Amino acid sequence: MTDSWRLADTQVSSRLMIGSALYPSPEVMQSAIEASGAEVVTVSLRRQTAGQNTDSSYWSWLKQLPVHWLPNTAGCYGVREAVTTAQMAREVFGTHWLKLEVIGDEQTLQPDPFGLVEAADILIRDGFEVFPYMTDDLVLAQRLVDVGCRILMPWASPIGSGQGIRHPQNIMLLRERFPQVQLIVDAGLGRPSDATEAMEFGCDGVLLNSAIALSPDPTRMAGAFEQAVSAGRLGYRAGIMPQRQWASASTPTIGTPFWHQVP
Amino acid sequence: MSDSTVSIVVNNAPVRLKAPLRLTELLKHMACDDQSVAVAVNLDFVPRSRWANHFLQPGDQVEIVAPMQGG
Repeated sequence: MTDSWRLADTQVSSRLMIGSALYPSPEVMQSAIEASGAEVVTVSLRRQTAGQNTDSSYWSWLKQLPVHWLPNTAGCYGVREAVTTAQMAREVFGTHWLKLEVIGDEQTLQPDPFGLVEAADILIRDGFEVFPYMTDDLVLAQRLVDVGCRILMPWASPIGSGQGIRHPQNIMLLRERFPQVQLIVDAGLGRPSDATEAMEFGCDGVLLNSAIALSPDPTRMAGAFEQAVSAGRLGYRAGIMPQRQWASASTPTIGTPFWHQVP
Repeated sequence: MSDSTVSIVVNNAPVRLKAPLRLTELLKHMACDDQSVAVAVNLDFVPRSRWANHFLQPGDQVEIVAPMQGG
């Protein structure tokens, strides 16, 4: 069963997108990315110091991979710096795709919803395809769609926390209310089953980094997430049975030996 | 500062170079690979196509960035 999907203006097969940070070595990073089957990989920008080789070891490995780059604006706390970082990323990475991060709180790395909408509006007018890293707030989602976002990336829980989907109802509500939007759960996933859960809700994809990179065996964990995402997607497409309050025997009772009607 | 030099801040570090100073000259001084970096001056993005004609002014805050891994 083919299940390719349209992400922005591009056809992709994998519904798992992963980050390239936190790996113990470039070799492990490359191996994990390949094992994940991901076709979209997040990248970032760092300050260049005098005489430093621009071709950092991680980037020199990354740029050989046949994937789509999704640059982020990590570390930006204001609209202006996020917009400028986005413009620099577009030139360096040669893509108009952008994972827009406007952080509002240092402890939780919670996105600033007001700055996020303002920056998204500016960048979409400037030709960017904005992938907004957002909380799971319904009204924020509507504001982002209003300014032209075709993709929404609600967090499951705070970045790097590994807590999984803290408010499943919010993710389900976003799916129900924005059926045409590409809904990608980003941040906070810890276990492969968290990714399965997101996909069972009907999300179009998941984006994660720490859950794979911080595993003692990132390559094996990347494979686990790849299968978990596929399982969740397949389950969603097949249709999940409704829950019942009490038991309902699955084995037919007709002809059961020693069976008798309970009075 | 003498008239023949310009003092700027590059990636949060003070730099003093001969004036007039174009962005292309600064990048050459920094030994940057032009194709792998992007530049902002005073928080405004400066596209690569404008580097040769962009003269840096005293006190300018310059950011030079390069690709790296990210989440």
